[in-house]
Amino acid sequence: MDFAFMWETFLILLTGLPLTLELAVTSILAGGILALLLSLFAVVGGPIGRGFTRGYVFVFRGSPLLVQMFLIYYGLGQFRPLLQELGLWAIFREPYWCAVIALTLNTAAYTSEIFRGGLNAVSVQQVEAARACGMSGPLLFRRIVLPIAIRHALPAYGNEVILMLKATALASVITIMEVTGLAGKLIADSFRAFEVFIVAGAIYLAITFLVTRLMMIVEFWLSPHLRMRPPTLA
Amino acid sequence: MELIDRYLVLVGFGETGWGPLLLSASAMTLGVSICGFLAGTVIGSVVTFMKLSRYMVLRWLADGYTTILRGVPDLLVIYLFYFGGSAFLGYLGGLFGYQGFIGMPAFLTGTLALGVVSAAYQSEVFRGAFKSVASGELEAASAVGMRPWPKFRRIVAPLVLRYAIPGLGNTWQLVLKESALISVTGLVELLRQSQIAAGSTRRPFEFYLTAVVLYLVITWASSIAFRHLETRTMRGTRSSL
Repeated sequence: MDFAFMWETFLILLTGLPLTLELAVTSILAGGILALLLSLFAVVGGPIGRGFTRGYVFVFRGSPLLVQMFLIYYGLGQFRPLLQELGLWAIFREPYWCAVIALTLNTAAYTSEIFRGGLNAVSVQQVEAARACGMSGPLLFRRIVLPIAIRHALPAYGNEVILMLKATALASVITIMEVTGLAGKLIADSFRAFEVFIVAGAIYLAITFLVTRLMMIVEFWLSPHLRMRPPTLA
Repeated sequence: MELIDRYLVLVGFGETGWGPLLLSASAMTLGVSICGFLAGTVIGSVVTFMKLSRYMVLRWLADGYTTILRGVPDLLVIYLFYFGGSAFLGYLGGLFGYQGFIGMPAFLTGTLALGVVSAAYQSEVFRGAFKSVASGELEAASAVGMRPWPKFRRIVAPLVLRYAIPGLGNTWQLVLKESALISVTGLVELLRQSQIAAGSTRRPFEFYLTAVVLYLVITWASSIAFRHLETRTMRGTRSSL
C-alpha cells in the first residue's frame, strides 16, 4: 500500500467530483419532473396515457443504461444533417448532454414507478375519510394524498438517488472524465488497480453516506406522528 | 418501406446480415450473466451465513461487504478485476520466471465482477427471506430432533429459496443489465458486438436499437420465467390477499 500514491490519486479524482455531482443532480431533477409528467399522463391520459407510460417504463427499465447512452450519443449522430437542420446538433454533439439525456430518461422510468407505488399506498379509507370531511379534488390531493404518498415513496426514492449517483459512472464510457473516468485512466496508466479502487470507492461511499443521512433526516422530519411519544405523567 | 427493407438486410441472416453474430452475442450475454449470477449466489450465501452469524466480527464484515459493493459503481469493480486481475496474474507469472504481460480472460473478469456485485444484493435477499421464515417452523424442526445440517437442508433452505424468488428475480434483471458493462473489457457480448457492427457498417443507430430490442426480449422472457417459478413454488401456500 503506497499512501503517497493514494493521496495523489485522491487529489486527481477530486477534480472529477464536481462533474459527477453535476451529472447526478441535473439528471435527478430533470428525471423527477419527467417522472411527474409521466405519472400525470398515466392518470389523466386514459388508456393511451396508461399504455404509453407502461411502454416507456418497460423499455427504459428493461434495457441497460449503457446501451441507451450509446444509442443517444453514437446512434443519433447518424442523423446529423437532420439534427443540424433542427438546431439540435449543438446538444447531441456534446457527450455531456447525451449522458444527461440518457440518465434523465432512464431515471424517469424508475422514478415514475416509485411515484405510482407511493400513490397506490394511500389507503382508500384515508381518501374516504377526507371526502367525508368535505374535501375533494385538488384540496384532497394536496392535503391528504400527496403528503401520504411522498412519505411512502421516500425510502425508494432515496435508493434511486443513490443508484443514479452510481449510474453517472457510465458517462465515463462516452469520454466524460468524471470520477470513474479519471480512475479508469489512472488504473490503465499506473496498473495499480487496487489502490485507485479504494480511493475512488471511498469517494463514492462518502457521497452515498451523505445522501442516506440526508434522506433519514427528511424522513424523520416528515413523519412526526410515527415518532415515539416522550413519556408523560398519566 | 425501403428503410425497413434495408434494416432487415442489415440485421438479417443473409450474406451481409449481422443476425447470426448478434444472436451468438446474445448467447454470450446470457452465458456471462448466468455464470455471474450463480457465482453471486454462492458468494451471497456465504455472506448471508456471516450476516446471520452469532459472532459480531463476521456480521460486521458481511455488512461492510454489502455497504461497499452496493455503494461503489459497478464499472469500478470491473476495472478492479480486469486490471487488478492482470496485475495479479503477472505477479504469479513472475514467480515462475515469466516476465511478460498476462491478460485477464474477459469472461472470467465478467463472471467475477458480476458475481461479487450481485452477491451483495443476493445476500440481502436471502437475509430478508430467512427473516420471513416463521420461527415456529424452525422450532418444530428442532423439536422433532433434527440436527443443524438436516434442519438446514430439509427446512431452512427450501423455505428461504421460496421466499427469495421475487428478490432473486430482481437481482437477475440487474445482473443482465450490468453484463453490458463487461463490454469495456472486450468480451464480445451483445453490446460489444453491436459496437463492432456499428463501427464497420457506420449504422450505429440501427445496431444499438437492435441491441435494446434484444435486451428487452431477454428481460421480458426472464420476468415471465420468474413469475412461473414463483407461482409454482407458492402452490402449497395460502395467500392472505
